[in-house]
Amino acid sequence: MAVNYSAKEEADGHPAGAGPGGGAAAGGGGAVKTRKPDNTAFKQQRLPAWQPILTAGTVLPAFFIIGLIFIPIGIGIFVTSNNIREYEIDYTGIEPSSPCNKCLNVSWDSTPPCTCTINFTLEHSFESNVFMYYGLSNFYQNHRRYVKSRDDSQLNGDNSSLLNPSKECEPYRTNEDKPIAPCGAIANSMFNDTLELYHIENDTRTAITLIKKGIAWWTDKNVKFRNPTGDGNNLTALFQGTTKPVNWPKPVYMLDSEPDNNGFINEDFIVWMRTAALPTFRKLYRLIERKSNLQPTLQAGKYSLDITYNYPVHSFDGRKRMILSTISWMGGKNPFLGIAYITVGSICFFLGVVLLIIHHKYGNRNTSADIPN
Amino acid sequence: MEQDMDSEQGQLNVNSCPGEEEERHLQANNRDFNLQFEYAAWMKGTELLGENREVGTYSRSNSIKTSKYNFFTFLPLNLFEQFQRIANAYFLFLLILQLIPQISSLAWFTTVVPLVLVLAVSGVKDAIDDFNRHKSDNHVNNRPVQVLINGMLKDEKWMNIQVGDIIKLENNNFVTADLLLLSSSEPHSLVYIETAELDGETNLKVKQALTVTAELGEDLQKLTDFNGEVKCEAPNNKLDKFTGTLALRGEKYALDNEKMLLRGCTIRNTEWCFGLVIYAGPDTKLMQNSGKTTFKRTSIDRLMNVLVLMIFAFLALMCLILAIGNGIWESDKGYNFQVYLPWAESVTSAPLSAFLMFCVEIIRLGNSFYIDWDRKMYYPLNDTPAQARTTTLNEELGQIKYIFSDKTGTLTQNIMCFNKCSINGKSYGDVYDKSGQRIEINESTEKVDFSYNQLADPKFAFYDHSLVEAVKLNDIPTHKFFRLLSLCHTVMPEEKKEGNLVYQAQSPDEGALVTAARNFGFVFRARTPETITVVEMGETKIYKLLAILDFNNVRKRMSVIVRSPEGDLTLYCKGADTILYELLHPSCESLKEETTEHLNEFAGEGLRTLVVAYKNLDEEYFQDWIKRHHEASTALEGREDKLSEIYEEIEKDLMLLGATAIEDKLQDGVPQTIETLAKASIKIWVLTGDKQETAMNIGYSCNLLYDDMADVFVIEGSTSDEVLNELRNARKKMKPDSFLDSDEINIQIEKSSKNPKVLPDEQANGVYGLVINGHSLAYALEGNLELELVRTACMCKVVICCRVTPLQKAQVVELVKKYKKAVTLAIGDGANDVSMIKSDDFSFAQFRYLQRLLLVHGRWSYIRMCKFLKYFFYKNFAFTLVHFWYGFFSGFSAQTVYDQWFITLYNLVYTSLPVLGMSLFDQDVDDRWSLLFPQLYVPGQQNLYFNKTVFIKCMLQGIYSSLILFFIPYGAMYNTMRSDGKAIADYQSFALMAQTCLLIVVSVQIGLDTAYWTVVNQFFIWGSLSVYFAITFTMYSDGMYLILTASFPFVGTARNTLSQPNVWLAIFLSIALCVLPVVGFRFLKTLLRPTASDKVLLKIKEAKKRPPPPSPKRRLRRTSTRRSGYAFSHQHGFGALIMSGRNMRPKSPFATTGTFSPNSDKHKHKGL
Repeated sequence: MAVNYSAKEEADGHPAGAGPGGGAAAGGGGAVKTRKPDNTAFKQQRLPAWQPILTAGTVLPAFFIIGLIFIPIGIGIFVTSNNIREYEIDYTGIEPSSPCNKCLNVSWDSTPPCTCTINFTLEHSFESNVFMYYGLSNFYQNHRRYVKSRDDSQLNGDNSSLLNPSKECEPYRTNEDKPIAPCGAIANSMFNDTLELYHIENDTRTAITLIKKGIAWWTDKNVKFRNPTGDGNNLTALFQGTTKPVNWPKPVYMLDSEPDNNGFINEDFIVWMRTAALPTFRKLYRLIERKSNLQPTLQAGKYSLDITYNYPVHSFDGRKRMILSTISWMGGKNPFLGIAYITVGSICFFLGVVLLIIHHKYGNRNTSADIPN
Repeated sequence: MEQDMDSEQGQLNVNSCPGEEEERHLQANNRDFNLQFEYAAWMKGTELLGENREVGTYSRSNSIKTSKYNFFTFLPLNLFEQFQRIANAYFLFLLILQLIPQISSLAWFTTVVPLVLVLAVSGVKDAIDDFNRHKSDNHVNNRPVQVLINGMLKDEKWMNIQVGDIIKLENNNFVTADLLLLSSSEPHSLVYIETAELDGETNLKVKQALTVTAELGEDLQKLTDFNGEVKCEAPNNKLDKFTGTLALRGEKYALDNEKMLLRGCTIRNTEWCFGLVIYAGPDTKLMQNSGKTTFKRTSIDRLMNVLVLMIFAFLALMCLILAIGNGIWESDKGYNFQVYLPWAESVTSAPLSAFLMFCVEIIRLGNSFYIDWDRKMYYPLNDTPAQARTTTLNEELGQIKYIFSDKTGTLTQNIMCFNKCSINGKSYGDVYDKSGQRIEINESTEKVDFSYNQLADPKFAFYDHSLVEAVKLNDIPTHKFFRLLSLCHTVMPEEKKEGNLVYQAQSPDEGALVTAARNFGFVFRARTPETITVVEMGETKIYKLLAILDFNNVRKRMSVIVRSPEGDLTLYCKGADTILYELLHPSCESLKEETTEHLNEFAGEGLRTLVVAYKNLDEEYFQDWIKRHHEASTALEGREDKLSEIYEEIEKDLMLLGATAIEDKLQDGVPQTIETLAKASIKIWVLTGDKQETAMNIGYSCNLLYDDMADVFVIEGSTSDEVLNELRNARKKMKPDSFLDSDEINIQIEKSSKNPKVLPDEQANGVYGLVINGHSLAYALEGNLELELVRTACMCKVVICCRVTPLQKAQVVELVKKYKKAVTLAIGDGANDVSMIKSDDFSFAQFRYLQRLLLVHGRWSYIRMCKFLKYFFYKNFAFTLVHFWYGFFSGFSAQTVYDQWFITLYNLVYTSLPVLGMSLFDQDVDDRWSLLFPQLYVPGQQNLYFNKTVFIKCMLQGIYSSLILFFIPYGAMYNTMRSDGKAIADYQSFALMAQTCLLIVVSVQIGLDTAYWTVVNQFFIWGSLSVYFAITFTMYSDGMYLILTASFPFVGTARNTLSQPNVWLAIFLSIALCVLPVVGFRFLKTLLRPTASDKVLLKIKEAKKRPPPPSPKRRLRRTSTRRSGYAFSHQHGFGALIMSGRNMRPKSPFATTGTFSPNSDKHKHKGL
């Protein structure tokens, strides 16, 4: 209600004709602009609307339907996931019996590099393309200071960043007054074991062709990572004035012999630079392509894995693994989703039944009789 | 009204508080003199006005300033005010933290952008408000007024008026400042003023100048020479009190409120008047009353401050856990993890956004606009839409428990209507159809056509044709009846144009009666001190007015003695039935019975009744009586008693004529509104200055009190003990248990006997009403009775406090606030209500709009605000806590789960519009149903929709969702690969997946919370989701990366991740897991433990299949047998004035020649 004094009210005056003597003043206005609010659905809060209410008619079917949808999906995923062939070897060498035990305390720059060989047997053959991963555990690639420690401009080939890397790279920004390329802790800690796979048939070792290109995202390889530009394609010249990361044995322009896989666009490097979200992760290492339709990519049988053991993980209780896996439409082996779907679907269905019973038992009790009209 | 000046001289009361302006001393026409008193007075004046109001350095000028800031002070002051909000201060603190690079895990812009936005929007809002205040201040300050300077009248602006100036006001002018009336155009320097702005009463009031100043007239020279010195009290806010003296030519004259024209009034029916400025600008009573605009905070505001602190504490705890975790991790693993630096420190600055406050402000603003826009709260008659003046209190309207209402002008229109009458045993006023059934009167009922009467008042409406027939048939009692009405009163006629009669009645009741007589052909046309001119059925008759036996509170009746042109002497009397029945002639017995029946009927309808009677006087007796009357009226001692004795002597053996019934027109829909509000469990307290009978009468007629009530207690004790006893007895009756020692509340009071805090509500065993009288209230408000009053009064459904002063109004409101901690609403329309209202927040034209304001707008605002807060806290908990879980997997390093851009935009862009859409459009049921089921209002009063429990629930739900939102993506990514064999578990993919899950889940959640899906909601929700994907794809595109490499490192993530089937599978799984339990829980809750509003909603859903019944437009019939008390004028009548002829207008064209002054002997009567 109009209550307090407001200067505005005094200014506007109050409507004429209020007093007993003011009759004549009223009604004189004519076509005055009225202050009547507009009659629009919006202003009158009468917008047409749909008002769903949670009733038995909507909630119960929803539960049943979701249950009925989720269970088959879950089964589908589960079956698919189970059909995926996966083989994993931990080659950290913690156990004294492990061939790699001797390399356990290897350091970054040990020369000659420690090598070890692990023999294993595939019980089943791998039919389609096989992907070879290396996996690390207890490796905090997601630590905040680790994740930050890179310079995307430098990696994208920006010449000024190349020579003057971002501060985020500290303490791996410069070494002996020279800028590090690639700078930062991520690059510095790049995984540098070499894995080679041999098929052993009748005591003959056949090397399996491991394809090292096509393991990184296209966008990473072509957009995100670029070598510095300049006159000519000589990477050595382009990286002039920079120094290699502390831990690396070789500078970045010597990562690979092929020019389209060297420097910042080396795919192993790119894969490493895509930091993992969790402390246990795997990264794609090599591809093994299926050669003919008649033969499986990897037959069941004996294999040996030759490891050039350069990467120390023992100091922080890390683990290293090599994984061979095939792929389905939904990716690698992951029983979690399938089981989760089946569980959630079943719970839904079960809850639907429970709710139905409760509704039958108590639904009629809910009369609104005690609310007067 | 002769002023006994000398005797009142010593009455001046000097207020002697040290340090304050004790006394105002000023001299007319002498600015220099007045200036020397400035300083002390002024310093005080500032303080009186309260801290919010800064006033200029010059006080005695008449300029007012209601604005807070000026151009230069705006920024610092406004920022200072804004940072007083805990939330804003909190974000400032966060911002400072984030500027320390070692601590921050987020870029500075994540906090700065929202904070600046919030501050900017609030700042702009404040600036606009203040600009408007400046504008209206300017408008008022620059109004022209004529001021006397050096013997000339000059046009001046209001703001340049100073204390001691003499100014001239003309008809219909606003009074510029608080003036001492010097002289006026009217005889005896009377001035009529309308005080609607001050006290809401629309009837005119009369002010009269001192004789000694009245002589000044409009002689400018004399006025210029006038050099009276006024000493008076310091500025204060008492509207009805003023004491001071005027010293003029060595003599002192007492000044009182009768001689003051207060700012805010309007001059009416007075051609001109001169006044001396006593108080100007901020010192005026009006401004003093509007003084402190306290900053009102809603309970949700207060709760929110607590919650922000709670969240802060919670986050601090989380940080602590993370920091400890980090410490352990660093020493356990990190130390060995050689890739790192050994140094570690971490603070999770969890980004709960400043957006909260921003959204709250937006929602409030929106809901205020709805109030302004509501056509159903628009009053066409004076073109007034409802107005929400503050935008901060909307949701509070949905939680009102107590309403404190003024009566006059709020419940009633202060318009009296002649509605019914009983003449000679026959009742008129009802309309019957052919079959004899009574018809309800509505707009379409045919009105009686008074066109035969040239002088009829066109606004007068009467529906019963039989009364006109009776008049036309020359029915003698009917004629007598109307003749009485046209003669027996103290109304003043005014006829500026011929035929255009306007009555000036001191009490609207009288005006109504005279107007009725006028329309039925007995037109009271003019009066002189000795005659009354009446046009009776077209024939002008001049009655000689021999005596007016005026009204007062004891007599409760008035009479006139007139001599008709034929020479008959008659006494006409009207008065309260109880009084008049004692004075009737025994021969009227049978008529008395019939009339009583009618009176009961009228009273039952809440009409104000009067009984009218007459008596033919014997010439001789009268001559004797008039002699004695003259003696009595000139007696020096005990004049009053002698007069009333002599009156009583002649007013007996009256012949009953009939009765009148006047409707004190309630505002439209008041009874229905009150009924609705009562159903919504809102307790209504009427605080009125009226006397008890009038107040109770109104109470009955607007359905506040009714006969079905178990009891209506009347507290009218005149000592503290009596009041205590009455209160205790009332309580004993309502709740006998409450006197037992075992009673919970007694125990509670016992426990905290020193400082009883909040009293819980007590339930009475029935519906009770309480009426308490002003002076009893004064006792009851004293310390020891306070508690008793609150306990008793709050058990009653209705409390009526009558004869209360503005201060008491405020005390009562404070009392309830103090003990009940309930949300209260005070409504009123005049400055006398200001003390209880404090600041003016909503305005609307009609009382009935209150139900809409509360039950529709208030309730919606409350629901919307609560839904908003619930959702907002939920979404931010879900958002923030994911980081907490992630901390366990990232070495407690405060690595964010999401992309920084997502964190910045989450509250700002992706989720703001849907929640705003909900909080601006949501309604559980539409307005008609809201009004039909006032029960829906109750949850708001009990604050059920948002309180600490609800907040904890939101938090738990948030925690649950955050677990799902972290661990489902975790599970879906752990040790698996993309469908092209590449690794999926990289940080960026995980971030994208988690944030997409989060966004879709909160979008579905808002969908669940939205009860009212308009197009806009759909658009906002779907739009926000699309915008999310659009922005994500844009930001993660090659182009953006190449332009700003460092800012958009997520290049390609969207394309690479969102094409993966298992990402989508995980998203769907998260949605199902987050949403289904909520759905199930809500379903079960309504099924098993339905709240009252659930039941109503269900009922409405059922009823919706049918169209809603038309809102009942029944006229409330009261079966009350209560006799409507005599509700006549409160003040002493105008009688003396009329008889002395003091207020006669000399140049009135119809009032004959000559000047009428008390001393003038020659009276010529000439009718037209």
